Amino acid sequence: MDAPVTAGARTQAPPGTRVALLATCFNDTMWPETPKAVVRLLERLGVTVEFPVEQTCCGQMFTNTGYADEAIPLVRSFVEVFGRYDAVVAPSGSCTGSVREQYADLATRSGDSGLQEAVGEVAPRVYELSEYLVDVLGITDVGAYFPHRVTYHPTCHSLRMLHVGDRPLRLLREVRGIDLVELPAAAECCGFGGTFAVKNADVSVAMGADKARHVRDTGAEVLVAGDNSCLAHIGGLLGRERAGVRTMHLAEVLAATEESA
Amino acid sequence: MSGEGRARGRTRLPRAETTATFVGMPAFPSMAREALDNTQQRRNLAHATHTIRTKRAAVVGEVPQWEALRLNGSQTKDHMLAHLDDYLLQLEENLVEAGATVHWARDADEANRIAIDLVRAEGVDEVVKVKSMATQEIELNEALEAAGIAAWETDLAELIVQLGHDRPSHILVPAIHRNRSEIRDIFRREMARAGRPAPEGLTDEPTQLADAARLHLREKFLRAKVAISGANFAIAETGSLVVLESEGNGRMCLTLPETLISVVGIEKVLPSWSDLSTFLQLLPRSSTGERMNPYTTMWTGAAAGDGPQDVHVILLDNGRTSVLADEVGRQALRCIRCSACLNVCPVYERAGGHAYGSVYPGPIGAVLTPQLRGTSSKLDQSLPYASSLCGACFEVCPVRIDIPRLLVRLRTQVIDGKRGGLPTAEGAAMRSAAWMFADHRRFEKAQDAATLGSLLLGRRTSIHRLPWPASAWTEARNAPVPPRETFREWWVRTHGESATGTTGSGGPGAAGGVR
Repeated sequence: MDAPVTAGARTQAPPGTRVALLATCFNDTMWPETPKAVVRLLERLGVTVEFPVEQTCCGQMFTNTGYADEAIPLVRSFVEVFGRYDAVVAPSGSCTGSVREQYADLATRSGDSGLQEAVGEVAPRVYELSEYLVDVLGITDVGAYFPHRVTYHPTCHSLRMLHVGDRPLRLLREVRGIDLVELPAAAECCGFGGTFAVKNADVSVAMGADKARHVRDTGAEVLVAGDNSCLAHIGGLLGRERAGVRTMHLAEVLAATEESA
Repeated sequence: MSGEGRARGRTRLPRAETTATFVGMPAFPSMAREALDNTQQRRNLAHATHTIRTKRAAVVGEVPQWEALRLNGSQTKDHMLAHLDDYLLQLEENLVEAGATVHWARDADEANRIAIDLVRAEGVDEVVKVKSMATQEIELNEALEAAGIAAWETDLAELIVQLGHDRPSHILVPAIHRNRSEIRDIFRREMARAGRPAPEGLTDEPTQLADAARLHLREKFLRAKVAISGANFAIAETGSLVVLESEGNGRMCLTLPETLISVVGIEKVLPSWSDLSTFLQLLPRSSTGERMNPYTTMWTGAAAGDGPQDVHVILLDNGRTSVLADEVGRQALRCIRCSACLNVCPVYERAGGHAYGSVYPGPIGAVLTPQLRGTSSKLDQSLPYASSLCGACFEVCPVRIDIPRLLVRLRTQVIDGKRGGLPTAEGAAMRSAAWMFADHRRFEKAQDAATLGSLLLGRRTSIHRLPWPASAWTEARNAPVPPRETFREWWVRTHGESATGTTGSGGPGAAGGVR
């Protein structure tokens, strides 16, 4: 289902393009290499990146665990921090999905019509990284170089909440030197699921074990995905098995160049 | 029912195998843990769900207007639910007109009492049954047994479950957790007690097993004076009931006996015959992966000299009107019991149906059961959490029930129900995390603590063991070590404090920028 690369395909963002980075609290604290890679990548493409330091957490963990009252103030602060940007980009399918698909329900619960309106305004302008690159910037060749055998896991929220489709694969296929191999049963959940990973740890691990087996079967050196939370789960299992497979966020592969290799 | 290999040991059930009811079962995680240890069941389930999900995907792929059909199915059901009172009265009027007797049942007890009285009035002590989720939901078989009436299930998979003193573990294939050698053992051991014994030297060949069941059941069909069924659909405009099945056993029950009692959930109504056409396309492709249903039986009241002469319809509420009262939650009542969501669910595939503690397992059970029963028990409180929210269920649902959204909504109800009570450890942790996230300066202080932790861990890049509650993670997974510099520290170091300071306009043609 590849869209043909048109003659006018971009390799640079239009002059003056700016975007706000939603780093996500998890990446900010645990996986800073990922938002750093987003910054390097976007700046290389000619985009001015801003990072509003007032941002903390989108509230997804609270929402999905049933703590809606605890999530609502985070929705409020999200629209305050990001409401003034035309575009917000996040290296996370699940946090983007939470803003775009769940904020409306939380705003309704708050009973605050102003918040509902603000959410309706900002939510459609929040993009997962591959959506932003392909749909907003119109770029699939980001000039990356990554000479490794790679397999890609499309995380559930990217796939079924945001419907990012094959955008990440279109980006990866343009990476020079890459040996991209298909992951068997790629669309099946890895079993992370936020607090599901601890509330139903046994089922979560059983699901992850199958995912890890499929990853090993590809012979890939690197497992790539658009959500570090899923990667932490699968990588945590692969690490326990000493499988010799690295996990990397899509942003880090796209940010890699010959100079950085 | 499929699956390779030899049965190893008995299937483990948490309670006395003879009760075969779900009452008082432990919460989902502990039931799931037991199921995960049952390697035979894991193999049976994985094999069966993957087979049927592949079949479904193929036949759904053949229909170019599938999405339009789904939309039509969901809109028809929503329209029906919005005008349920009118359509039910129309259904009743037309049923009575056609010679049926209509009974209204508020709950399981009332429905069971009506059914028992009707069977007793016929002076018999046994009935044959068409596979029916509604009668399982109200545990009619158990109620009949307590009243001294034997209820014989005639669907092959239901027969296996009944003879095995087991519980159903799937909506469509109640014995999905069993493989054929287990079924042979059940037939050999149990058939004689229930009627015609299994043939001598019965093997686990599927044709031999089917023949054994056919012989065993034929005696019951020919002898039965009373049959009990459910209905997949009830057509309001004519008062007609519709049952879909695959084996023909249902048609035997619906045509041979003198008295027919149908227990029908009130959400089964369709306004008209033309609405039915949509569902006759959606249901078989979603459930059995077939283009058309093998046996579709429709009847309208009683017809003189043809089929059952005494026709009763019990219209069952049993919690449905309270589900209807929830504007978002009511979409669960669109469910046509196809079980497509079970077959694609990665949690169901591993935990099996029994773990859900209800006749409605899998994703639809996780949203339907707590709505029908309420979330007062530990089990019902655990069901909305029995999902990774992967969304595969919503994708395949032929009537577009947004199960992930309903799960989150039900989780919210569970937590709201605990507010004001004794504080839980989780609630306290969530509240303090929310306080920490409420201001970025607090968040940064917490990040400093994480960074300190990583300094103490030295050069290690992963953690193998963490104290409770994080131990639930590190039991089987390594945990990452927090980095020494957070992203925001790096940002300030490389891009300066005025992170949001560049407020200049994006300029013409800017794809992003400050508004």
